[in-house]
Amino acid sequence: MEAEAAKLIGAGLATSGMIGAGIGLGSLFGNYLQDAIRNPSAAASQQTMLFLGMALTETMGLFSFVVSLIILFG
Amino acid sequence: MAEQPAIEPMHQFLIHKIWDGPVFQLGGLTVDMSITNSVASMIAGAVILVLFFALTAKGQIVPNRAQALAEGLYNIVDKVLVTPIIGHGGKPYIPYLFTLFMIILVLNLMGVVFAIGNLGGLSLTFTVTSQLAVTATLAVLTFFSVFILGFIKHGPKFLGLFAPSGMPLPLLIFMVPIEMISYFVRPVTLAMRLFGNMLGGHVVMSLFGSFVVALGIVALSGGLASLAFIPSVLSFGMIVGLTGLELVVAILQAFVFTALATVYLNEVVNFGHGH
Repeated sequence: MEAEAAKLIGAGLATSGMIGAGIGLGSLFGNYLQDAIRNPSAAASQQTMLFLGMALTETMGLFSFVVSLIILFG
Repeated sequence: MAEQPAIEPMHQFLIHKIWDGPVFQLGGLTVDMSITNSVASMIAGAVILVLFFALTAKGQIVPNRAQALAEGLYNIVDKVLVTPIIGHGGKPYIPYLFTLFMIILVLNLMGVVFAIGNLGGLSLTFTVTSQLAVTATLAVLTFFSVFILGFIKHGPKFLGLFAPSGMPLPLLIFMVPIEMISYFVRPVTLAMRLFGNMLGGHVVMSLFGSFVVALGIVALSGGLASLAFIPSVLSFGMIVGLTGLELVVAILQAFVFTALATVYLNEVVNFGHGH
């Protein structure tokens, strides 16, 4: 296999780390929505924590994105 | 078949000089005073910020629209973040957090709102926050200000942050390095998050933008190829939707950056209060 082809395949494979971030975000927002429907009065007070959790989860996906950028352009 | 335009989603992030400034040596470092498109966008952002503050700083009892907007933005930092997370001890740090929030918000929004200029292949605008150098500067500045503030306020006792209380000694040997790693990786994650979000969103928008043009040119060749108009129009719809999404992301990332800075600051201000 040529080095250039291996590089492109590797960059594509590196983005598979986003699977975990996708599962995490889905579980995060799913659980928030479920409990917000059960207890709507508590939902607004936890919104900041929701976005904080979203940011921390999303970072893991972005790490894989950055790794694939490093492989492509590094 | 017509000639295809090259699909270059990363082209919009290239830095090029607009005005050649003086280059001189300063203590072994080469200082280049040229105005690049990044610098020009930063200056435009600074002008917008200063104008915004100048227009809204005149406090009236019945606020006009601009003042109401400014008060709303201030309340995001004060009432939503600092007061619930830190408490009243956080009041002295609101100016820094609000400045951080406004800088990131304005630079993010400039990248999305003025992105129209990039559609025709012109590089009129530039998303400053899609450069790792810029986000890393903001992140490192925030992180080390907070870290040094901890030592100023609490002295060497602040190192107890790395040793969770009530931990048996054998576990502590493993916990301290782990805690230190997770603490010092914070500026990296802070910088990466903003950089990755802005870069990723703009790459996707640019990709769909080039689909519209490339498929449209294929469709213009007539015959069965006219069917390519369908995905071309669909891609255009995607751009409209993505622009809305990018607006949300731009505001949300400014909020998230400030929220995390507040959380890090909370550890310092309320150090030793059962955290």
